Amino acid sequence: MPIEVQVVSRARELYSTENADMVIIPGSEGEMGVLPGHTPVLTTLAFGELRIIEGEDIIGFVVYGGVVDVRPSKVVVLADDAESVAEIDLDEVEAARQRAQQLMAESPTEDQRWQIAQELRRAEIAARIQRRRIPSGARIRSLDDEA
Amino acid sequence: MPTTREIKRRIVTVKNITQVTRALEAVAASNVRKSQNAALASRPYAQHAYEVLVNLAAQERGVPQHPLLEVRDPVETIGMMVIAGDRGLAGAYNTNIIRRALRFVEHYGRPVRWITVGRRGGDLIRRWIAQMQDSETAEPFLKQQEIVAEFSHLPADLDSPDVKPIVRVLFDEFMTVPVDEVFIAYTHFINTMTQQPRVLPLLPLRPFEAKSRTIAELVEPDPEVEMRGRTYQYEPDALAILNEVIPAFIELQILQAIRESLSSEHSARMVAMRNASESADALSEALQVEFNKARQLAITSEILDIIGGVEALSQKNKT
Repeated sequence: MPIEVQVVSRARELYSTENADMVIIPGSEGEMGVLPGHTPVLTTLAFGELRIIEGEDIIGFVVYGGVVDVRPSKVVVLADDAESVAEIDLDEVEAARQRAQQLMAESPTEDQRWQIAQELRRAEIAARIQRRRIPSGARIRSLDDEA
Repeated sequence: MPTTREIKRRIVTVKNITQVTRALEAVAASNVRKSQNAALASRPYAQHAYEVLVNLAAQERGVPQHPLLEVRDPVETIGMMVIAGDRGLAGAYNTNIIRRALRFVEHYGRPVRWITVGRRGGDLIRRWIAQMQDSETAEPFLKQQEIVAEFSHLPADLDSPDVKPIVRVLFDEFMTVPVDEVFIAYTHFINTMTQQPRVLPLLPLRPFEAKSRTIAELVEPDPEVEMRGRTYQYEPDALAILNEVIPAFIELQILQAIRESLSSEHSARMVAMRNASESADALSEALQVEFNKARQLAITSEILDIIGGVEALSQKNKT
């Protein structure tokens, strides 16, 4: 029995599927793997990577806070902000990080501070994901393969 | 009868005006599209957030108290956020929304702390407040009107960071208690020909009332309540979830109201400018006819002059 998953941010709808096998959620209380028939949970999101495993594909998103509504056959991710891992441009992230650090040096206002923190965390997450990126379409090894 | 030269000059003036109104019409049309697209993009989030709220409310344990849900009684002072345009040349757009807001305030009978969006809106409200101060017959609450914040120059492709300061002022007003209720006056966009000024309650948020009206059909009225009779686990706790969902939902409502208003403003301007272009065309046509007549008249009188002269000369020769 697959899970229905919807990923939306305040600005737009990012992804929607009815055939997910598993969802790995960066919850504020720790990472959480959701399989079909999971007990209903409402949890807040941390900044981190959300992964949807669908057949042989792993679809990755970076989410920046928000809420997840987990029901037995449906997962709704309401992110404050989110982007697809495939969309992340490392050069652009690096440029943003430098901009942020520069801004930090010139006594920022509260609004800017928030944005700076956002950029810095984004850079950190992007770099982390990049280091151990699984090529999309890669086969997920199961225990049987080991044998 | 004006001379042909005078008429010619007027024709040129009218044609210049047409160029300006045409350009404004084109700009307005492109802005309508921009704000419309943005308005549609955030609907899925609003819908799901609303679903979460309603599912939470269906829980047997009920909803924990959240400051933005607090209903106060009696209501002494209200906050009114009114969204108008920065500029005129948009037909009756600005006056319509201000008139709607003022009618509501007069009817509700409470002192108001105003938050205005759009320069024109701020100007009109300020003038009205001054009028009330000078008036001898105005009721006491009409003398206790005050503008607490003014915002202007919002971009056509408005996004969440653009409204953050507005949202912060609203929350501050409500949470630190100068106001007990907050209303929002905005223009609902129906289509390019029709827009409707509306006043809706914004705070406290009442998501669980059967007929709670949310802005601009932002959400479907009857979300799926799958979780009735089932129990959620909360991580870390229910209040943390509400803290996340409620402000986001309100922010989206404000964002949506401003987007609807921007769409309405640009459409109103587009239509006003199209009408202006059309009247200018009609005027320039009428002037052209007048010009032709004047020209013909001049030619006729010149010919008459010549004929008269020739006639006079031939008469003279005969005698």
